[in-house]
Amino acid sequence: MSTLWATIVVVAAVSISLKAAGPALLGDRELPAWTSGVIAALAPALLTGLVLTDVTGPAWSHLDWRLCAGLGATGAAYLLRAPLLPSILLGVVLTAGLRALI
Amino acid sequence: MVSTKGYMAGLRVGAGFAAATAVLGLTFGAQAHSLGWGVLAPIAASVLVFSGSAQFSMAAALAGGGGLGVAVGAAALINARFLPMGVAAADAFKGGRLRRAVEGQALVDASWAAAHLGGGRFDREKMIGATLAQFPAWVLGTVVGVLVAPPPDVVTRFGLDVVYPGFFLLLLIDELRGEPAARLVAALAALTAAALVLVLPVGLALVGTAAAALVGLRAGMPA
Repeated sequence: MSTLWATIVVVAAVSISLKAAGPALLGDRELPAWTSGVIAALAPALLTGLVLTDVTGPAWSHLDWRLCAGLGATGAAYLLRAPLLPSILLGVVLTAGLRALI
Repeated sequence: MVSTKGYMAGLRVGAGFAAATAVLGLTFGAQAHSLGWGVLAPIAASVLVFSGSAQFSMAAALAGGGGLGVAVGAAALINARFLPMGVAAADAFKGGRLRRAVEGQALVDASWAAAHLGGGRFDREKMIGATLAQFPAWVLGTVVGVLVAPPPDVVTRFGLDVVYPGFFLLLLIDELRGEPAARLVAALAALTAAALVLVLPVGLALVGTAAAALVGLRAGMPA
């Protein structure tokens, strides 16, 4: 088996294991009461991390103000009660337009 | 009235993500093909690994001359976030350990976030439905990317790199509406991620960001 195929197989096994670990090992256990507040906070914490690291990239190397402007427009439109998909589309068009112009 | 819970709700929200997923898959397929992976290996990677961030990390590590160990390490670090995500959603899944492990494969960033009902509770059916909509889009996008091999700048040129963080941003806004404690957690998570991503791989920075959830204890997040 080549290095490429071996890597694909091992990465697949690791990825499947990481996804399976929580549900398989903890799904039938009663967690201590104090954990519920932490678990409730995981969604806003991880979503914030996903947005920020998507924008910055490793070591802030991908930061692009035109992307930030598009994201800002997306967020503002949604806060002003625009539906989800049009809000995203606004950000896409604004970012593409800024990149075409500047 | 359209339901916001269950498989159909998941399929609907997953369909929204599917377009972005397909574009990312296309980018991965084109990149892997340009790196000499051939036709089958990129498609097999998308079917077996089904994790864009891990696949891009693996491809970058191999292209940079790293061997199997480096590539697996990079992919594992970037996917380490699935541990806390799986712990959070653990009690949503049904059945014995094997079945829960299989259902846990529905853990995908967008599906996990969309399935969060608030208070740390998750809609299992919505998560599975959202992932079922995204998986074929990811694989099909990879197939097209391998066969068509578009120029590498197609994503940035058309502003398509807004789509993923944009969806996450809107899901975050939903999380923060009417929940002051979540706003404090998000602010701390932003500071933590901004600092950690300077010195750590993105995957580890995300795991560190999850530590901001500990603030939920003091901030009084509703359970």
